Amino acid sequence: MVSNRHGATNMTALRAKPLMSLEEIGYTVFLGLLFLYCVLAAGKAVDPGFAFHATLGAIASAAGIFLIVRSYIDRDGRVEPDEINGKPNYNLGPVKFASIAAMFWGIAGFSVGIWIALELAFPLLNLDLPWTTFGRMRPLHTSAVIFAFGGNVLLATSFYVVQRTSRARMPGLVTPWFVILGYNMFIVIAGTGYLLGIGQSKEYAEPEWYADLWLTIVWVAYLLIFLATLWRRKEPHIYVANWFYLAFIVTIAMLHIVNNAAVPVSFFGSKSYVVWAGVQDAMVQWWYGHNAVGFFLTAGFLAIMYYFVPKRANRPVYSYRLSIIHFWALIFLYIWAGPHHLHYTALPEWASTLGMVFSVMLWMPSWGGMINGLMTLSGAWDKLRTDPVLRLLVVSVAFYGMSTFEGPLMSVKAVNSLSHYTDWTIGHVHSGALGWVGYVSFGALYCMVPWIWGKRDVYSLKLVDWHFWISTLGIVLYITSMWVSGIMQGLMWRAYTELGFLQYSFVETVEAMHPYYVIRAMGGILFLIGALIMAFNLYMTIRHGEAEKPAADVALAPAE
Amino acid sequence: MAHEEIDKVTGVATTGHEWDGIKELNNPLPRWWLWVFYATIVFAVGYVFVYPAVPLVSGYTTGLLGHSQRASALADAEAGKAARAEIGQGLAEASLDQIKADPKMLEFAMAQGKAAFGDNCAPCHGSGATGSRGYPNLQDDDWLWGGTLDDIHTTITVGIRSTSEDTRVNDMPRFGDDGLLDAKQIRDVAGFVLSLSGGSVQGADVAAGKEIFAENCTSCHGDDAKGSHELGAPNLTDHIWLYGGDEASVINTITHAHRGVMPTWGGKLDPVTIKSLAVYVHDLGGGT
Repeated sequence: MVSNRHGATNMTALRAKPLMSLEEIGYTVFLGLLFLYCVLAAGKAVDPGFAFHATLGAIASAAGIFLIVRSYIDRDGRVEPDEINGKPNYNLGPVKFASIAAMFWGIAGFSVGIWIALELAFPLLNLDLPWTTFGRMRPLHTSAVIFAFGGNVLLATSFYVVQRTSRARMPGLVTPWFVILGYNMFIVIAGTGYLLGIGQSKEYAEPEWYADLWLTIVWVAYLLIFLATLWRRKEPHIYVANWFYLAFIVTIAMLHIVNNAAVPVSFFGSKSYVVWAGVQDAMVQWWYGHNAVGFFLTAGFLAIMYYFVPKRANRPVYSYRLSIIHFWALIFLYIWAGPHHLHYTALPEWASTLGMVFSVMLWMPSWGGMINGLMTLSGAWDKLRTDPVLRLLVVSVAFYGMSTFEGPLMSVKAVNSLSHYTDWTIGHVHSGALGWVGYVSFGALYCMVPWIWGKRDVYSLKLVDWHFWISTLGIVLYITSMWVSGIMQGLMWRAYTELGFLQYSFVETVEAMHPYYVIRAMGGILFLIGALIMAFNLYMTIRHGEAEKPAADVALAPAE
Repeated sequence: MAHEEIDKVTGVATTGHEWDGIKELNNPLPRWWLWVFYATIVFAVGYVFVYPAVPLVSGYTTGLLGHSQRASALADAEAGKAARAEIGQGLAEASLDQIKADPKMLEFAMAQGKAAFGDNCAPCHGSGATGSRGYPNLQDDDWLWGGTLDDIHTTITVGIRSTSEDTRVNDMPRFGDDGLLDAKQIRDVAGFVLSLSGGSVQGADVAAGKEIFAENCTSCHGDDAKGSHELGAPNLTDHIWLYGGDEASVINTITHAHRGVMPTWGGKLDPVTIKSLAVYVHDLGGGT
């Protein structure tokens, strides 16, 4: 069992190198079994897409085993200490990986978004190929930006924040890496699946059963390691950011499992059938879909806000009491708001009503986060002039406030009868996605990348400024064009002539939207340009950034 | 234990906790925030009492107003139908010519036809009815199966190469694919056909093409090549081409033939709508 790459056989060498830890053995056995299944599945696959994914799975499992064994040999019996000279020895490797992955997926996801925005304006761009049709590219875009970009930002920041605010090293030799790499493996399976036409027709939950199962395993590992880090904390209380992270992790697990409950046609094929049917399926889907917004894109990113805004502004959080009340109100109310996605459908009217009133009540709990974010700047507003990173963070909170006012407004049935199915919804989503999620992520990465690579600050604040202004212009173009085109579209759909006939045909409404689609695509291009500037800036920070003075890294006195 | 300190900038006490340098102020909930939150709760509770909201063991609370989305939508639809019933009845009984002659019925038919055209015909013929390659332009004077009110009405009702038993149908032979003519002959006859509207085909013997045309094409397209509405055979002299009038397109058409399909709308649309459509399309570019 004991391997020794130096070939030493004396007793001291053997004693110096103990057996693999239980954790390493466990993961090796698990990945070994997975490897065997994947090889079997690749051979017996009933469809080529599944064979491809099984092959990927086999390669990834083998690579995983290789990495575990190599790290076991390299560490030579040593384990990273929890503390060095009385200071916590944070585990930052996985944080670094997820930060870079976030930037990579972000740029990929934004690019695909621009591509499909252009397809809507110029349908010829679907190239008449199945892989590049809107139907396959659209989930590629949404998953890439939400789950690949957003997900990696959440993983990176949560691993960083939970360690820092607990003053404890994340436990585990393999688990942190398993979570990060396993999650990104899920992204690869999901993305390639969409292009191959593998999907279960559930919005934001398109991946098929095997990808869902894999994500479930990764997510449970994520929850456990997050809890274990909290468990080891040296602080008497759990910081508010960690409440939000925990709510995000726990709720996403629940949503994912319930919404994706499915029966595969074969254990060697990609197709499965979801267990829910009809309007119940629709309701479960939007219970999931809305709470993916609520707990992935809101709770998770509020956690980021609660750490990075006070940290960057160097100011205390505005109100502890507000953070408690708005946290619990948000968590309790969000979960009921899903039916507002199904107004005026086969959904019973009573469910529709409940979805609406819970959404209206959600307004202030959402704004509690905005208030706490903005008011934290009290006494530090002048920093907005000189610090574009803080500006990104603050503007993200402003966009959050705007979207969370617009959301309850659109959930009101009378408003929804105009807005539903129109581009207004797309505009709303993107003011949240680009303005809130995008900016708070950019702000967090601009803060965190220098910190984890031990640099004084980001390579160029001037470039951050450029990023901010270019992408803000992009967001403004995007949102305003979608507001105009969405409301116009809704009004055209409901316009009747004096004789009671529809005034506009559907095709005419599509023609009318063309200029706005072009403007929207331009907005997206500006947003991407901003992200490319950011990627360059972060690369230069890591490669050529000025190293931090060691003195700055003093151990903080424990709070009592 | 937590020991409070006063934040120098705001003068507000902290909670005494600190995480990685982050402290929290002990500000109260903003009053306006709290009151608006209460107001939304009051609104929500009120709304729940007024509208259908709470599921019960069987059924649900219907609310004080007794409002039902479904009932109100159905009532709207019924009201719309009732408003149009009288004139609709008139249209059902009138002939196409009578509709055309009566200003009131004509206005109604044009409005209905325009709406029906936009949602049913525009996907192929274009929202301006100008068509595109393979889909006839309905604004011009060229009609494959005839441009009178009755011709158009029939075409809409039965379709072309459709699933209807009475469908309009013709089959232009695949002269190239089925070996009826060789490549040279096709080039020659294409040259002759294009010469009728002032065009030409490189290397084509127009005289030979004319003979080939006489032997193979006149039975449908006629001796004068002006086509036939009865057979749905296009006029080849008018410089209007459904599948393109350049050299390559015409050679392609003769070689492979095109058999475009238009669906049958009889049974899918009600008779009054089809009448209105016929009137509307006839108004666009119909002839006699």
